[in-house]
Amino acid sequence: MKRLNYRTKAVILAAALIVILVFLYALGSLIPESAVAGSFLEAGQPPSRKHLFGTDSLGRDLFLRTLKGMSLSLTVGFSASMISAVIAVVVGVIAATGSKRADAVINWVIDLVMSVPHTILVILISFAMGRGLKGLLIGIAATHWCSLARLIRGEVLQLRSQQYAAVSRKLGKSSGWILIHHLLPHLLPQFLIGLILMLLHAILHEAAISFLGFGLPPEQSAIGIILSESMRYLSAGMWWSAMLPGLSLVLIVLLVDRLGERLRTVLDPYSAQE
Amino acid sequence: MKGTLGRFVRVLAGYGIKMLSLLLAVTILSFALVCASPVDPVQQYILGLGTAVSPEQRVEIEDYWGGDKPPVQRYLGWLSEVLRGNLGESSIYRRPVADVIAQRFLNSLALMLCAWALAGLIGFTLGCVMGTYRDRWPDRILKKLCYVLSAVPTFWVGLVFLLFFSVWLGWFPVGFSSPIGVLSEDVSLWQRLHHLILPALTLGMMSFPNIALHTRQKLIDVLNSEYVLFARARGEGKWTVLRRHGLRGTLLPAMTLQFASFAELFGGSVLAENVFSYPGLGSAASAAGLNGDVPLLLGVTLFSALFVCVGNLIANLLYRVVDPQIREGDKE
Amino acid sequence: MEEKKRPLLEIRDLSVSFSMYSHGLEQRDLQVISDLHLKVFPGEIVAVAGSSGSGKSLLASAILGILPENAQVQGEMYYEGEKLDHDRQERLRGTEIALVPQSVAYLDPLMKVGRQADGHRKPRPIAKRKNLFRRLGLPDRTERLYPFQLSGGMARRVLVSTALITDAKLIIADEPTPGMSLKEALAALRMFREMADTGKAVILITHDIDLAFEFADRIAVFYAGTTVETAPASDFKAGPDALRHPYSKALWSALPQNGFHLIEGVQPYAGNLPKGCLFAPRCPYCTEKCKETLPPVREVRGGEVRCWREA
Repeated sequence: MKRLNYRTKAVILAAALIVILVFLYALGSLIPESAVAGSFLEAGQPPSRKHLFGTDSLGRDLFLRTLKGMSLSLTVGFSASMISAVIAVVVGVIAATGSKRADAVINWVIDLVMSVPHTILVILISFAMGRGLKGLLIGIAATHWCSLARLIRGEVLQLRSQQYAAVSRKLGKSSGWILIHHLLPHLLPQFLIGLILMLLHAILHEAAISFLGFGLPPEQSAIGIILSESMRYLSAGMWWSAMLPGLSLVLIVLLVDRLGERLRTVLDPYSAQE
Repeated sequence: MKGTLGRFVRVLAGYGIKMLSLLLAVTILSFALVCASPVDPVQQYILGLGTAVSPEQRVEIEDYWGGDKPPVQRYLGWLSEVLRGNLGESSIYRRPVADVIAQRFLNSLALMLCAWALAGLIGFTLGCVMGTYRDRWPDRILKKLCYVLSAVPTFWVGLVFLLFFSVWLGWFPVGFSSPIGVLSEDVSLWQRLHHLILPALTLGMMSFPNIALHTRQKLIDVLNSEYVLFARARGEGKWTVLRRHGLRGTLLPAMTLQFASFAELFGGSVLAENVFSYPGLGSAASAAGLNGDVPLLLGVTLFSALFVCVGNLIANLLYRVVDPQIREGDKE
Repeated sequence: MEEKKRPLLEIRDLSVSFSMYSHGLEQRDLQVISDLHLKVFPGEIVAVAGSSGSGKSLLASAILGILPENAQVQGEMYYEGEKLDHDRQERLRGTEIALVPQSVAYLDPLMKVGRQADGHRKPRPIAKRKNLFRRLGLPDRTERLYPFQLSGGMARRVLVSTALITDAKLIIADEPTPGMSLKEALAALRMFREMADTGKAVILITHDIDLAFEFADRIAVFYAGTTVETAPASDFKAGPDALRHPYSKALWSALPQNGFHLIEGVQPYAGNLPKGCLFAPRCPYCTEKCKETLPPVREVRGGEVRCWREA
């Protein structure tokens, strides 16, 4: 009974976290651009009841901009990590099931991606794509798949060596059948947990890259951009423009982190118990 | 002893070959990416000069980038220049890229070294505390702290530090590694340190949770081991166990991890340097990317890959030193 | 043993249990040692013999006071007639009481053997250890080796040296023979015999009853966390009629040279011990009384036994 309660609790919490994240995403994307147009009359105001997070140097409401930014972070983060996770699964499964040479090549490619600092690599990719959302997405997607690919490779190798897979093979089941009936059920949890972990990193990376000025155009409401702008007005005492959007970013990341932890409890109880 | 040395050399050679292959691949990858970009390095350079460019200069630059030749030939031409040490000329700094990198790398090195040592020291100490007090309140609090800190973006920590220490308390300057208007020779060590502390703290904050959690796990493994049980049976106290067995089993793995995380360190330094306008490689990299300074961007990319590879090499060698079983082989 | 000496170590009614949290807050106690009695006299080897997995090794930890934190200890222990409490255990381990562990896994894999044999006390007894190594037939280079580089026999001698270097009066050897050839095992046990002959007391924890007969003075038969009988080794050589407890007799008959007669059933699980005599469920002479109450320890024909039949 207790065990069931423990897991049920985790399921409920995970669901609640997903609802919160979806809500934040929806909230941000429902805000029209016109709402964050701003007016110079209200420039540089500290937080008030009218502007919860204050306004920036152009008089735009920072609370609304932050909400839009969070929504954007989730969009970019989710799309990039989704692409990355798919790459990871494909690459990991090929490495584990393909020839020795394929495995060696994939390992080498992973070493290659790991040998350039990711920030630099994303800058380079975003430079090659002529900046913008596309470069950012591809850059983040291309740099995050490595560790999950290694994990999946290991998992598949382990599963392959286990008895029931061998028995199925003896029983004349095709490798496709084995893949669907034995591999996928084991890989799905790893995939989901890995996806959430990547989402976390992708959100952090998206913010960092936008902060550096790559990626989205400056009029966009991305948290990285808001923070980058806030830097110029720090000495003028506009603390709110750095603190509050930044805290919101931390909040999002922590929410995703908790979600990952709960999912692990639900899907992979063995590793969740340390 | 000779066998040990021989094995060492073999490992070194093996890793050296792999490293070279990776670096070569990085040149191909980065050159291909730059070629794919809409920015034309020749055009960008001439634009940057602003004033009229002499035909000789123009020819020289076009030669460097290979003009209209097919991409493979352009790559090979560029590679041979790079191998000869000619990384081209930076369009934003108007100086050879190699010089820019050399000068800025020294700044970055000072920053990264401080942050690296700081993160290692704090991380290792906290890891030991967490491992010793496993599952009791110091461990729980510190573990939470580590998890939260790894969710906080580096650059935002930098912003908060900047706001708090520089703007509000006025203890530190808002930017630049040396005061404006002072010749670099006249900058005292203290002034340098003054500008280094905040970025180093920021960068260190980012990387210590990892090392702390790793050390915690290692220490717990050691403390749960049979040999620690025996050490206690022989009368060793808590601190003696920690000193005699705990440090032995955790310090070198922690250092190995520290060397293996050069990539994160470099990536973090790009952000920390940008927040604090610190004139290192990281801020040069983003400036190069933003202003289309192709040779500088390529140069920094190559250099960062070299930096990471050296870190991995040290980590690999250290890993062999740590474990006597690998170090001495089982020849006995 | 004939002369009535004061025991070096006496254990009365020792119980050790672990509180385990199984799922959330549900707590249960696992009793791994129950009402154990044991006396050890100077100059003798007492073999604590029982089948594997019966919690014998925890006895060593209990004597030394190094049980895990979630263990509860009940009962009393006396060392040289004085109560052995936690503070005293802390002072005595490594000086008066020494453990010889099972295997090379109990040595720090990252520390050279010489340093480990020296121990942590200052000044390092280097000369004494060199002497000891030589006496045990370990070549001089041994001190520079790491544990993984030791052969089985060398490892055994290094482990023994950690006890001999201390001048301890009581030596607890935890399963010193598994994985050894007969020759190696005999050599190892001979080392303990020599220790006992110099006046030390040795507790030999083992599941190798056969070998224990040969080297021990007395044998304590360990069953489900308690000693059901302690008898002179000669009784075990004499056969079942000289023995007192039905389990000892069964153990004797289960030996290959005595016909390999196994009794039915298994030892009770630590979380599910019977109420009365722990052997009752498997005992051919079990009565209602046996099922209800634990028999007290009695002296019978020069041995000690817990059995209602001998009451």
